Amino acid sequence: MNFFGKLTLDSLPHVWYTIGATVSIALMCLAAGMFLTKRQKWGWLWNEWLTSTDPKKIGTMYIIFATLMFFRGMIDAAMIWLQQAIAADSQGYLTADHFQQIFTSHGDIMVFFVTMGFFFGLMNWIIPLQIGARDLAFPFLNSLGFWLTVVGGILINLFFIIGGEFANTGWVAITPLSGLEFNPGVGVDYLIWSLQLSGLGSLLAGLNFIVTIIKHRAPGMTLMRMPLFVWTSLCGMILVISAFPVLTATTLLLWLERFFDLHFFTASFGGNQMMYFNLIWMWGHPEVYILVLPAFGMYSEIVSTFSQKRIFGYVSMVCAALMITFLSYLVWLHHFFTMGSGADVNSFFGIVTMLIAIPSGVQVFNWILTMHKGKVTFASPMYWFVGFLITFMIGGMAGILMASPPADFQVHNSLFLIAHFHTMVIGVAIFGAFAGVTYWFPKIFGFMLDERLGKLAFWFWFIGFFVSFVPLYLLGFMGATRRLDHYAASTHWQPLFITSLAGIAIIGCGILIQIVQLIVSIRGRKQVSGDPWNGRTLEWSTSSPPPFYNFAVIPTVTSREPFWDMKQKGMHPSQKREEIVLFKNTGFGLYISGFSFLAAFAIVWRIYWLIALGLLGVIACIIILSFNDEMEEVYDGK
Amino acid sequence: MENETKVFGFWIYLMTDLIIFAVLFATFIVLHNNTFGGPSGRDLFSLRFALAETLLLLTSSFTCTLAMLDIHREKKKGAIFWLLVTFVLGVAFLVLEWIEFSEFIHEGATWQRSGFLSSYFTLVGTHGLHISTGLLWMLVALFRIGLRPLLAPSISKIFRMALFWHFLDFVWIFIFTVVYGMGTLL
Repeated sequence: MNFFGKLTLDSLPHVWYTIGATVSIALMCLAAGMFLTKRQKWGWLWNEWLTSTDPKKIGTMYIIFATLMFFRGMIDAAMIWLQQAIAADSQGYLTADHFQQIFTSHGDIMVFFVTMGFFFGLMNWIIPLQIGARDLAFPFLNSLGFWLTVVGGILINLFFIIGGEFANTGWVAITPLSGLEFNPGVGVDYLIWSLQLSGLGSLLAGLNFIVTIIKHRAPGMTLMRMPLFVWTSLCGMILVISAFPVLTATTLLLWLERFFDLHFFTASFGGNQMMYFNLIWMWGHPEVYILVLPAFGMYSEIVSTFSQKRIFGYVSMVCAALMITFLSYLVWLHHFFTMGSGADVNSFFGIVTMLIAIPSGVQVFNWILTMHKGKVTFASPMYWFVGFLITFMIGGMAGILMASPPADFQVHNSLFLIAHFHTMVIGVAIFGAFAGVTYWFPKIFGFMLDERLGKLAFWFWFIGFFVSFVPLYLLGFMGATRRLDHYAASTHWQPLFITSLAGIAIIGCGILIQIVQLIVSIRGRKQVSGDPWNGRTLEWSTSSPPPFYNFAVIPTVTSREPFWDMKQKGMHPSQKREEIVLFKNTGFGLYISGFSFLAAFAIVWRIYWLIALGLLGVIACIIILSFNDEMEEVYDGK
Repeated sequence: MENETKVFGFWIYLMTDLIIFAVLFATFIVLHNNTFGGPSGRDLFSLRFALAETLLLLTSSFTCTLAMLDIHREKKKGAIFWLLVTFVLGVAFLVLEWIEFSEFIHEGATWQRSGFLSSYFTLVGTHGLHISTGLLWMLVALFRIGLRPLLAPSISKIFRMALFWHFLDFVWIFIFTVVYGMGTLL
């Protein structure tokens, strides 16, 4: 048996893109290391950030991590578009296999690390502040969940450095393509274990937020007084804890099949391939709502603040979120109407899918009616909101169209579908992340993001989005299927693909402007008050940035918009500090994630001694930690 | 208050674990007839053997409760005694499971043989893995009782360990019914 398992010199990077990535990653690490050493910031990095259990800092780290992964995912997107723009009657510049690896990693990275990363970051920032809490219920689990997500993100990129390849199976790793027979390499294992680690991280975060929201609300904040962002996040997190175990179990079954030669999804030996589709989409459809529900809540906060009006139809908004949560469990089969479930089953799932339009419509009308007769100011978060409203309507209608099984048969797995779900994920979730970050940035950092550049970036994003994706709707109707690495020129698809490529160039300009916006904002920063937008909920009642303990005195809540009412009555939050108990910093989140990473890496490459070492490390860390009964510090009233 | 929050969080964790088991049960139910010419449940399973395993686990749940009662009465010795009994019963259960698995493998009914056997070994094996984790946790709890005073954090930790143990018992009852009961009688 080989000491390094399947890992040999042959698997080290040897093609242009892996060598290029290895070199650039090494240079980036070197530059960061030199910077930290020169400024003597290593201790600061470790004590203030890496080992922190403060949700505001963990939230910031989530958002930085999501941003880095966003660049990776965008490079993938650009490569896909470029290939499709030039590959009429030619092979383009990518091999079929390389092209498949790119769209697979693009999907996984954007869903698991970018969108979820942004939302977990924003929830960490804002949920404790909005419910009048000082921390999450389990600060250590928060740190652990974040680091597990990070090591999952490292694992998904690791083939650049260590070698091998990534999966070429599509982001949900459909069987039997992802089985050992058709995918003997390590690519699928990288995918499985990256999702195991980050999935566990998401599960811990979801559990943590639920317990925090249920148990740690300020006195007087009943469930029906919670801000809508808290409500939709709660719904999203309920979906996380009920859907992610399904992902864990399903990918585990797939891995058992690959590692121990079991038979769950194989054609021979009595496996059942359809079971994989059912299981993965039982997780996969709720996942879609995990990506959009927190965004719905953010839009509700934003539209209410910038209309200077309380949200229209609060109770119906809560009911809508709950209804979406419930219905999202019952629609998974619409991802494979074409795979022979029969008319009755298809009808059931088609009707339930259409039902989701009702709560979605309720929300849209409530948002519009909130603006009606309000004093609307168009700050940049409002731009993202209005942009979202338009894209959401278009994407939603495309979704209703596909909810009907006969119509779906025509566009199944075509670029129409790609256009639909990108309209939802970009137009709802990513726009929401940008709106949320812009809206709450001054709260966390104490200065505003540049408004003028923010609005400019919005226009590039918004226009670029339509230039990229409207052609895909058309191509879908023309019969172009998804995941095409080349096509015949006689289809006359190429002009549309080129238009689509132009769209991503426009979006790229938008991203550049956002980077400039960040730099300009940091350079010209001016301290803002605790309440720069004239907000309504509790997070605006503390200073910007908030002290590490959030509230000097935990506020008592008597209405849905406690801070707005306080301002109307001319009251100020008390600044005299009471005795505060907070969680100490701890490096154990990092250690446990590190050992998990080693174990997962070793499983991918079948390095058996390292698997044992990693698992023993995890167990040892947990046992040591379990004997630490003094995880908290008390700060007195001064 | 804080320990109550932890127990609440632990209940949520248990529910997520239950969903993992639900997926494995569903897999087993879908694949249980897919024997691919190999042995079926009726050929392999012995209901008596499974009943013996069940009784061991049920008894261990009972002794675990006795230990918890002693902990609440702050009787360290009694708690350690009953936890040790629970531990031994748990180990006995694992030994029986080991014997059962090796017999099947010896008869050529390995997990590679068919979809049915893959799902059987995965479902029951995952439960066995959980039992092993529970036993390790019980050892840690025993050390804690020996080393630390029985204050709120310790009691809460041991209580969660006991919850985990009862939860595994609960899952096993379904394994006994669905895998062994329905596998041999239906």
